[in-house]
Amino acid sequence: MTKKVKVYSTATCPWCKRTKQFLDDNKVPYESLDVGKDKSARDEMVKKSGQLGVPVVDIDGEIKVGFDEGWLKQQLGLVK
Amino acid sequence: MTAAVYAARKQLKTLLVSQDLGGQPLKTAGVENYMGYQLIEGPDLMHKFEEQVKQFPLDVKIGQTVTSLAQIKNGFEVKTKEGETYQGMVAIVATGKRPRLLNVPGEDKFMGKGVTWCAICDGPLFSGQKVAVIGGGNSALEATDDMVKIAEQVYLVSITQLTGDQVLIDKVKSASNLTMFLGHEVVAITGKNLVAGIKIRNLKSKQEKELEVGGVFVEIGLIPNSGLVKGLVGMNRLDEIEVNCANETNIPGLFAAGDVTTVPEKQIVVAAGEGAKAALQAHRYLQRGGQ
Repeated sequence: MTKKVKVYSTATCPWCKRTKQFLDDNKVPYESLDVGKDKSARDEMVKKSGQLGVPVVDIDGEIKVGFDEGWLKQQLGLVK
Repeated sequence: MTAAVYAARKQLKTLLVSQDLGGQPLKTAGVENYMGYQLIEGPDLMHKFEEQVKQFPLDVKIGQTVTSLAQIKNGFEVKTKEGETYQGMVAIVATGKRPRLLNVPGEDKFMGKGVTWCAICDGPLFSGQKVAVIGGGNSALEATDDMVKIAEQVYLVSITQLTGDQVLIDKVKSASNLTMFLGHEVVAITGKNLVAGIKIRNLKSKQEKELEVGGVFVEIGLIPNSGLVKGLVGMNRLDEIEVNCANETNIPGLFAAGDVTTVPEKQIVVAAGEGAKAALQAHRYLQRGGQ
């Protein structure tokens, strides 16, 4: 079953770019939310993660702050 | 990365282990002085470096944090936070620098909750808000220049007069939403769940003032990531690793390159060049039978 992936990011954040690059390389569909421009997305991110750093990745409700390749692979079932 | 490429091209069995690939340039916006590129964003330049690294037969472990480096028989051993151990006949330390902390109450509590060291990453999160930029050098001025364009109000707080380049000072001082507090220090960062303000103190009069801000950008300089080899190699009073022009430390077989060393200029092109030199010296060292 495909997991629902949301990435909260800003336009300039290099770790956000890396996170999205990883998801693109692994052909994982995701919703990208620009918390710099979208205030409601910013509030949503703060509520889910309790903090103001980006990126924040939400995979079916599991939250991770920052780019963590190991965690992403595990959550997405990419670990063999 | 440059050291790794040079080592690989000398057909040395090479391991590159690091928390990230890119270091400080990942938080740098426009790079105009790396030759070959008129203007390129730091992260994009580092991505190009990374792509080049991948062309070579290298063992690359990214996302691992090296916590110790020790001399062993015939070489060196490093251990990582992730529980891995690696050994090599030579080691090149190119760990760069990290941002200096304010070390005031609230900084730890609000790290990532309004306190940030990366204006390029987090700036947009504070658009329309009041923010404080702490520091008086080029990094602080660049962060200020970015933030006056999107924040409601920017407070620039520096313990000294501004020390950055005049061209940057001129760029920011005309902003109508900028208030400078020079000769002031940050005493505390306050708030509930997220940052709500900072308390600053006039260094002369000792008068304190509270500023309402939603974000605090700490830009007060950098510290070398040399803790790994403290006690093992010679360092200057800034804890930078002492190297000669061949990138040798006082320990045979242990080389160092880039911003973590005493090289006087901390620039991407210099760091890359230092990495190349270190790898070539390492190769010569091995050819001489490790002497």
